[in-house]
Amino acid sequence: MISQLSWKIGGQQGEGVESTDRIFSTALNRLGYYLYGYRHFSSRIKGGHTNNKIRISTKPIRAISDDLDILVAFDQESIDLNAKELRVGGVVVADAKFNPTIPEGIDARLFSVPITAMAEELGTSLMKNMVASGASWALLGLPLEVFNKAVEEEFGRKGAAIVEKNIEAVKRGAEFVLEQAGGPLDEFKLDAADGKQKLFMIGNEAIGLGSIAAGCRLMAAYPITPASEIMEYLIKKLPKFGGTVVQTEDEIAAVTMAIGANYAGVRTMTASAGPGLSLMMEAIGLAGMTETPLVIVNTQRGGPSTGLPTKQEQSDLNAMVYGTHGEIPKIVIAPASIEDCFYDTIESFNLAEQYQVPVILMTDLQLSLGKQSCEPLDYNKIEIKRGKLVQNVPALEGHDLFKRYELTEDGVSPRVLPGEKGGLHHVTGVEHDEVGRPSENAVNRQNMMDKRLNKLNDMYIRDAIRVDAPHETPDLLIIGMGSTGGTIDEARTLLSLGGISTNHITIRQIHPFPTKLLLPYLQKAKQVIVIENNATAQLASQIKMHAGFAEKIESLLKYDGNPFLPSDVHKACKELSLDGNVQRV
Amino acid sequence: MATFKEFRNNVKPNWCPGCGDFSIQAAIQRAAANVGLEPENLAVISGIGCSGRISGYINAYGFHGIHGRVLPIAQGVKLANREMTVIASGGDGDGFAIGMGHTVHAIRRNLNVTYIVMDNQIYGLTKGQTSPRSAEGFKTKSTPEGSIESTLSPLEIALSAGATFVAQSFSSDLKQLTSLIEQGIKHEGFSLINVFSPCVTFNKINTYDWFKENIVNLEQFPDYDPTNRVLAMNKIMETNGMLTGLIYQNTTRKSYEDLVTGFKQEGLAKQDIMITPDQFDKLVAEFK
Ligand SMILES: Cc1ncc(C[n+]2csc(CCOP(=O)(O)OP(=O)(O)O)c2C)c(N)n1
Ligand code: SF4
Repeated sequence: MISQLSWKIGGQQGEGVESTDRIFSTALNRLGYYLYGYRHFSSRIKGGHTNNKIRISTKPIRAISDDLDILVAFDQESIDLNAKELRVGGVVVADAKFNPTIPEGIDARLFSVPITAMAEELGTSLMKNMVASGASWALLGLPLEVFNKAVEEEFGRKGAAIVEKNIEAVKRGAEFVLEQAGGPLDEFKLDAADGKQKLFMIGNEAIGLGSIAAGCRLMAAYPITPASEIMEYLIKKLPKFGGTVVQTEDEIAAVTMAIGANYAGVRTMTASAGPGLSLMMEAIGLAGMTETPLVIVNTQRGGPSTGLPTKQEQSDLNAMVYGTHGEIPKIVIAPASIEDCFYDTIESFNLAEQYQVPVILMTDLQLSLGKQSCEPLDYNKIEIKRGKLVQNVPALEGHDLFKRYELTEDGVSPRVLPGEKGGLHHVTGVEHDEVGRPSENAVNRQNMMDKRLNKLNDMYIRDAIRVDAPHETPDLLIIGMGSTGGTIDEARTLLSLGGISTNHITIRQIHPFPTKLLLPYLQKAKQVIVIENNATAQLASQIKMHAGFAEKIESLLKYDGNPFLPSDVHKACKELSLDGNVQRV
Repeated sequence: MATFKEFRNNVKPNWCPGCGDFSIQAAIQRAAANVGLEPENLAVISGIGCSGRISGYINAYGFHGIHGRVLPIAQGVKLANREMTVIASGGDGDGFAIGMGHTVHAIRRNLNVTYIVMDNQIYGLTKGQTSPRSAEGFKTKSTPEGSIESTLSPLEIALSAGATFVAQSFSSDLKQLTSLIEQGIKHEGFSLINVFSPCVTFNKINTYDWFKENIVNLEQFPDYDPTNRVLAMNKIMETNGMLTGLIYQNTTRKSYEDLVTGFKQEGLAKQDIMITPDQFDKLVAEFK
């Protein structure tokens, strides 16, 4: 019995890789396993190699694995590209149609299944994914009923006949492979899962769900990888809550429409990736200057320019922290798990209104699109805080206006929504006085700048840094952000086996930088390694700039488009601990 | 009911004496009173330029945004609270150069917003450069040899983009302008009102006198039918875009707000935002 294994399906884009993966993992989720998915795809719709990898475990996991147990291949290219990941004794289930072969030097078992032929027998080659997934499911020795239930859900709306055919395809694939193998493979027999119902979703869906829970009712956005799933989710759901999604003509329209809607009182967000974020910069300054709440989701992908649009990267940090001209208060939050994506989205909307500032919720491609198990989400933790939003304010006298930008102790002024009789005021991106009228008065200017910029003094989000520090003075303090946390933790297990003690901090509040919280841990660590998916060590630079300790901070950087593997992190940390320096991955 | 005086405030506009924008401000104030608005139910969203200052000169909710983005901001306000009357306004540079993309798409989207362009055929605030509305050969600071790009016809573009309300006026014709703004506000959908608004400081060609000489008022054509799109297009071309009055209106197409699934009459901003446990459970169940 084993506690975890990795399964991968590969083929040409548009060949059913996605749907096979979906059904396979839904069924596993029903059985209560913890899952972690990784999508490898290119920015073409049809054609081009694509693969989906799922890690299946009886315990929580938050990283892809280095190796692979089962590879389902629709073409030889999928074998050639992925076989090197197979562990010794791994299995390839491939379509007999292309006379599959295992590359030399790879010790794996091949099951050549007439996948296409069986599907065509049943009427359409479209069903080959069912044959393939049935075969690999059967090898694991898992109950077929659970799988069939997932098939039913996937095809239910197409009618009973289609469902039946697909179930038949699954059965044929299963029977064929079991006969070849002589029954389920013992070495792939997974321990039973805890059976507790988990959620299984991508980060973008958790953000979409979180935004509805937060009371977001409008979204304005322009499609882009890897953000589009957020708008696609919300356009299905928001109409039920009275709201909608507007697909705008560009990201400038998206963000300014969101600003207009937030000004008028509806929690509204936009979501994009690097290229769109760049277009939004001027408007982010408008939100900062006019103290209009705003939530922007930036799902990072490979930059610069169009960069690697379907690949992992964390290289927009500087753009998010520093982007827009002049100086404004701004919050940048980096969720590090699916649960975070949900709760942080709610918090982003709250903070945007409490502090009347733009909030950027940053994910990375792996967090946005990697499908993962998620602990049940708690309705009771949903809280809506609208800050100093006021209603039914007293009537104004004569030409008086409401002091929308009143100078207050905490810098946050009462906010009133258009439509209030006593709330008339002016809003402008030009420097303004307390009622919002343009003013070039030097004293006013300084007061207003101070008011805005001091709003976020000592502001900390929930778990601004997430600390796992079992050691008082660890050999190594590992710091990361976003989707890399699970990988780091797996590497730490290996490191501790080798006698290297580590603490791990995930920085979740990227801006304003949580210097005070981080300092004590930096002080005590013998060495620090900052792990990030970019080429210029943007997170490490923030740490050095705000907290110092440059002499003991090293970086592990990866910017080839792929997420870190536990082995990458393990190797670098070991080297650093033993030799005092790190080779680049 | 509020009178036009209640839409005035005590801010002295920083426009040059004689600037056409003064009359547009007056026309908006009158139209707002004439259609029975209260100041708190009107949001004036404006762009950047001399013209963009207008939102600060009207006693209503005012939002002075960034250059070229007046329309997305205005549409955001309308989506959030359709009970507000939303007027967007800005210069010809704001709407037809940097903001042209938004103009075309706002027209296509057809949200119930009234867009008043203060068209002076030049960039006023930045002190006299060419605009997409400048005539060919027009000499400005940025075109010392005369503009060599063709003049943009916003009316033709609006019609071809599917506009449901297209009008044009002249800032000196306060009566016509006020009436067109009233009609624009009442129109259920997007209304574009382009207003010739002479820049007395930087445009020495398109002056008050020049407009008076060249304008063709649609009142001259008693048979003109503003519901006929082909006729409207012809008339714009025939008059070289110099006609004033209600040029085209389509009252059959529904506004965006009325076409959005599940959109209520009550402003979204007024609706409760906390979801119920039941709604939450349903959403979550999809991920099991
Ligand atoms: C992004 C950006 N680019 C340039 C400017 C400078 N700018 C301000 S107003 C303006 C043009 C003004 O012309 P128009 O929109 O026709 O308005 P007018 O001043 O004539 O009323 C320009 C280029 C700016 N504010 N923002
Ligand atoms: S520069 Fe021209 S447009 Fe600007 S205020 Fe003066 S007259 Fe009006």
